[in-house]
Amino acid sequence: MKAAAFNYARAASVDEAVQMLVRGGGGAKLLAGGQSLLPALNLRLMSLDLLVDITGIAALRGIRVEGGTLKIGAMTRHADLLTSPEIAAHAPLLAKAIAHVAHPAIRNRGTIGGNLAHADPASELPACMLALGATLVIQGPSGQRRVQAADFFLGLYQTALAPDEILIAIELPALASGERAFFHEYARRMGDYAIVGLAAQGKPAGDRIDALRLVYFGVGERAGSCPAAARILQQRHSPAILAEAQAALAADLQPQNDHQASAAMRLHLARTLLARCVNELLGRAEASA
Amino acid sequence: MPEETSHIPPAAAAFPPVSRREVLQATAGAVALAALPGGAADSAAAAEAGAAAGHSLRITVNGHAHELAIDPRQSILDVLRERLNLTGTKKGCNQGACGACTILLNGQRVNACLTLAAMHDGAEITTIEGVAQGEALHPLQAAFIEHDGFQCGYCTGGQIMSGLGCIAEGHAGSPAEIKAWMSGNICRCGAYPGIVAAIAQANKAVRS
Repeated sequence: MKAAAFNYARAASVDEAVQMLVRGGGGAKLLAGGQSLLPALNLRLMSLDLLVDITGIAALRGIRVEGGTLKIGAMTRHADLLTSPEIAAHAPLLAKAIAHVAHPAIRNRGTIGGNLAHADPASELPACMLALGATLVIQGPSGQRRVQAADFFLGLYQTALAPDEILIAIELPALASGERAFFHEYARRMGDYAIVGLAAQGKPAGDRIDALRLVYFGVGERAGSCPAAARILQQRHSPAILAEAQAALAADLQPQNDHQASAAMRLHLARTLLARCVNELLGRAEASA
Repeated sequence: MPEETSHIPPAAAAFPPVSRREVLQATAGAVALAALPGGAADSAAAAEAGAAAGHSLRITVNGHAHELAIDPRQSILDVLRERLNLTGTKKGCNQGACGACTILLNGQRVNACLTLAAMHDGAEITTIEGVAQGEALHPLQAAFIEHDGFQCGYCTGGQIMSGLGCIAEGHAGSPAEIKAWMSGNICRCGAYPGIVAAIAQANKAVRS
């Protein structure tokens, strides 16, 4: 099958791309890496009038550190994030997560901005944005605005972006002294969409974990924070505390039944991931599930 | 490789002698035309307008320069197979899941099905047809034969192109590393042990 016919235009600047989106009404859509958009078009799950190619806008690429903030251009490709020394040093959670994003050939084309704007509930990166407390910089016809990750991801493939807005950059607070990141996902095969995954960052203090942010993906309609479990884990570690935190996941997560796993299996896997996360962040060897 | 420029018209050119593939193409085209409802005719007209509006593409494929008028929705895979008759790059899933369409785009491995041709004016592309030097196989091609890295052969072009990318990136240092970095290429015959052995051997040959 081939995509339904559409027109194609290249934008030379963010302003020009916004103008094209405004003129296109709801029928225009941005083309970033195209690694999720083109399958949807090829399978005719989606059709549109105009594809606005923003891959030529150099201002949207690159990674830099300013003060304690990591600034990532929205059109930075996954492969570049994976090899970036800045990302490895200041956002190790993101570096760990990118290794699980699809396959090498797809990471050579796919972009962080395209991934976040697509808002796939099984994607690794929205969860990382929530766990890292990212700020998303958006440009539209009336200028720029900044949205916290917690206010950006609204639901299944739904974000706070209006049809005439572009996600132009992502700002992440650099890893603070004493903070550690954990990332793991269960998938049938490396690079497949996760059945359940966990992105977490916190500050281990003796046998407690302070300022812990736990964000699951592949569970429910969007990446989901688990504040109740994180609060419990601020107490001194013990098997009973871990079990209490694992039990608390049931209140924060709404796992779905689908062809990959039942809701009960997803909750079980989420609890297993939590044990791995706690053991790794506390530097404990034993893997108690 | 010698530089050649070919100007190929939008309609698929028929080359004598007629092959099975061309007969299939011609038949499919006739059926599609006969079955065109109003909406599809409009789409075809819109695509024609798109091509007329200046979607021209200059690409170099395996050292040969081409200039083509294209429909904006044509992927690089469509252009390779339907316009340039380079059918070694396979359309397995058309959604980036199988890797049979892997090519090198400006030296990087990509899925040709997920890459619109219109985005890549001026690009340099290498396909499986451009890997051997005349009759002399590339060390990775020879290693695939030596290690039985295929059975039916459908995925092999993509496996070899992805393997070339894997080696060039420096991700072929161990069997475990090769498996991780070849994750996007599926072989339904299950020739994976041979594929991994072939890439490991070629990696040594290329780096020695």
